Amino acid sequence: MEKKQSFFTSAGFVSLLSSIICIIIGLVVGFVVLLLLGGEKAYSDGFRQILLGGFYMMPSGIGKEIVTAAPLIMCGLSVAFAFKTGLFNIGASGQYTLGAFGGLIFAILLHAPWYVCLLMATLFGAVWGAIPGIFKAYLNVNEVITSIMFNWIGLYGCNTIMYGRGSGAMYNAKQAKTFPVTGGSLIPSKIFGWDLAESFGYKSCTIAIFLAIIVAVILYIILNKTTFGYELKACGSNRNAAKYAGINERRNIILSMLIAGALAGFGAGLFYLSGAAQWIPGDSTALPSEGFDGISVALLASSNPIGAIFSALFISHITTGGGLMNASLFPPEIADIISGIIIYLCAFSLLFRNMIRNLLTGRKKEKPAPAKAQLKPDAPAAGPAANDGKERE
Amino acid sequence: MAESEYVIEMLHITKEFPGIKANDDITLQLRRGEVHALLGENGAGKSTLMSVLFGLYQPEQGIIKKNGEVVKINDPNDANDLNIGMVHQHFKLVECFTVLDNIILGVEPSKAGFLQKKQAREKVVALSEKYGLRVDPDARVEDISVGMQQRTEILKMLYRDNEILIFDEPTAVLTPQEIDELMQIMKNLAAEGKSILFISHKLAEIMAVADRCTVLRKGKCIGTVNTSETSMEELSSMMVGRQVNFKVDKQDRTPGEVVLDVQGLTVPSKLHKNNAVKDVSLQVRRGEIVCLAGIEGNGQTEFVHALTGLERQSAGSITLCGRDISRASIRQRSKDGMSHIPEDRHKHGLVLDFTLEQNMVLQRYWQPQFQKGGFIKFDAVREYSDKLIEQYDVRSGQGSVTIARSMSGGNQQKAIVAREIDKEPELLVAVQPTRGLDVGAIEYIHKQLVAQRDENKAVLLVSLELDEVMNVSDRILVMYEGEIVGEFDPKNVTVEELGLYMAGAKRM
Repeated sequence: MEKKQSFFTSAGFVSLLSSIICIIIGLVVGFVVLLLLGGEKAYSDGFRQILLGGFYMMPSGIGKEIVTAAPLIMCGLSVAFAFKTGLFNIGASGQYTLGAFGGLIFAILLHAPWYVCLLMATLFGAVWGAIPGIFKAYLNVNEVITSIMFNWIGLYGCNTIMYGRGSGAMYNAKQAKTFPVTGGSLIPSKIFGWDLAESFGYKSCTIAIFLAIIVAVILYIILNKTTFGYELKACGSNRNAAKYAGINERRNIILSMLIAGALAGFGAGLFYLSGAAQWIPGDSTALPSEGFDGISVALLASSNPIGAIFSALFISHITTGGGLMNASLFPPEIADIISGIIIYLCAFSLLFRNMIRNLLTGRKKEKPAPAKAQLKPDAPAAGPAANDGKERE
Repeated sequence: MAESEYVIEMLHITKEFPGIKANDDITLQLRRGEVHALLGENGAGKSTLMSVLFGLYQPEQGIIKKNGEVVKINDPNDANDLNIGMVHQHFKLVECFTVLDNIILGVEPSKAGFLQKKQAREKVVALSEKYGLRVDPDARVEDISVGMQQRTEILKMLYRDNEILIFDEPTAVLTPQEIDELMQIMKNLAAEGKSILFISHKLAEIMAVADRCTVLRKGKCIGTVNTSETSMEELSSMMVGRQVNFKVDKQDRTPGEVVLDVQGLTVPSKLHKNNAVKDVSLQVRRGEIVCLAGIEGNGQTEFVHALTGLERQSAGSITLCGRDISRASIRQRSKDGMSHIPEDRHKHGLVLDFTLEQNMVLQRYWQPQFQKGGFIKFDAVREYSDKLIEQYDVRSGQGSVTIARSMSGGNQQKAIVAREIDKEPELLVAVQPTRGLDVGAIEYIHKQLVAQRDENKAVLLVSLELDEVMNVSDRILVMYEGEIVGEFDPKNVTVEELGLYMAGAKRM
């Protein structure tokens, strides 16, 4: 056997590097847009804020960044997990909506303890994720179509119930929002004697972020260390071979979508049970953006659960920064432009990865290559990274 | 200027890919009016050499001459202009077009934008009569036999007035009778002054039809010989670099008890409304290799899918070692002692983006040996995979951690064979286990099949290769249009006889 691959040519390092390149190009383009809009003030009043993000406004900015990161991590994990099974969960928004709904019912109406509320949020999301999974498994209906439709069904359904013609039990007509979550239904902000809310001077900064990180680590373990993860990945990269190996692909499709939904629902629970915001049932045309940002998070992380933590923090960072720019000169959506460009480039990340790999390995040509594998250069030359997060139908 | 003896010469062609010389100083000279065979194992450089001839690759060194003059071939259009044509292994025909439309596709004769089909038809009919290429110009390609499709491809080349005709493994899809016919056509073409380059690794065909033969091995040109002055043994040792045993060594055995009993199996087709498999019954006993022979697409694939659980049968029962598994899951069948070497190793056999070790445990990752409480025992997997690699001589770049996609076809197949045999099955279902493999690997896999039989296992072999059918099996069943139309002892039947049954001309 030959020497083990060096760290610098390993798949993980190469995809990390390609993500960083995407980020840099995205930031450069964002800066150009700021230059066009604001001239010499582009850096001082705009780009600086984006780069600094929450750090521009210590410490509460950091608190805000952390609070928005937690649901993003979860939605990113939701999309990434489905990707690994070869499914595209575009329905994270709907599952997130259901999660918020479930969590808020138990918090506002029943005043249940926060962990019960969080569990219910997870369950509601799971059910909403499982339905497109069932359609996919038994009727072979494309999960993209069903989950998009279930986004809207979920949103309108939940809003109608919460609004209740203006007199819904959870609806605070004066503020046109749901009632705030209070008391024991709020996720605590203290952990091992450290009060996050106090440290960051941001009330809704709770231990949610740690819960999200723990879930990411658990997912990483499931995907990489267990037979269940092995089955899911086998289904994801070659459904026929998985079937041939006696893996119940239907069960795995449903389970994968169910878990993806549960993750998005959990994320909604983390956000709303932290008291970060109230739900606005009247805003019936807008799906929660976290679900779609989850796609960005997953792509930027190449569907790696640990990577999702960092990419969610990054997206939260520039979004928070975008809100701190000089609003008279720059619309905060510039942050969205930047993340949009980054995501767009992530679609090319396979290209970047191959370029990087060639650059890294090209210098050592004398290294003997596996003879027969190289003989057919016209055969698809996709490397191990080819599968990460890319749907193959 | 004096006419050169050679119509096409590829002189000292060297083509390098990162880390490997695919063609190393190869010289191939094609005489006018000869059938010239190009022989080599998979990965010997045949495809690369042809790609150079068609301008798909530019060689680092070497020149190509046409009629003694140096030519530069930059893309396939240049090759076309030089009257070089090729019949690909997988035909490039538009299924829903007629034969005539396919032939003129791309060079349609027209007047003021209107097709002049009459003129084209006359030319096609004249060509087909001249060379004995029977086709029906008005039949749709999807309705005609594979042999006629191939003749359509040949007519496509002739219609374009090609002088140099390349046949890439043309016999793989044909029945013995069709092969004979093709051989005759090739001889006719050569007699009419066309020059033919015949790519193959089937020695008998090369000996039968070719005048000369150039042998490649590992990117190097081993030599060019006149077939009249050589033997199959010599050619094969030139190709592989050692002596190859064509005859599979096996002793006679008396089969034992019935392992697999299939009764009245009927499987609906996915392509048309009829059944793909019609009321098939067969038995496989301990210590025998039963071969299901037939031309591709006569229901073998569907039969195996129903047998292994990939598809549901609409009627019939399957019994394995006395247990009814007609409705059992794939996993259950596997537990009950069935191993399956699938027809398509990329579609079913391997998860190409997994590592070799992950693929080695594809059928067994759930066994206590490899997992505890749902957690994979990575050390055990590695150990097992290393053992199989060693024992079955599976070669790859980085051993157990090689991505399966980067391995050669032969070694991918060896890995599957290792995995399926090491499961110690009662019944081994091997579907075209040697498809696309070179002589060395074929010899190896045949030995493994016979070894299984000698260990008193039952083996069901599904094969399209008649050599394999005749050499390996103890009993032959011929399948035609979803039915078993004949049962033979390989000792008492000829290839020609089998061919008649495979083509549906005879039945029991």
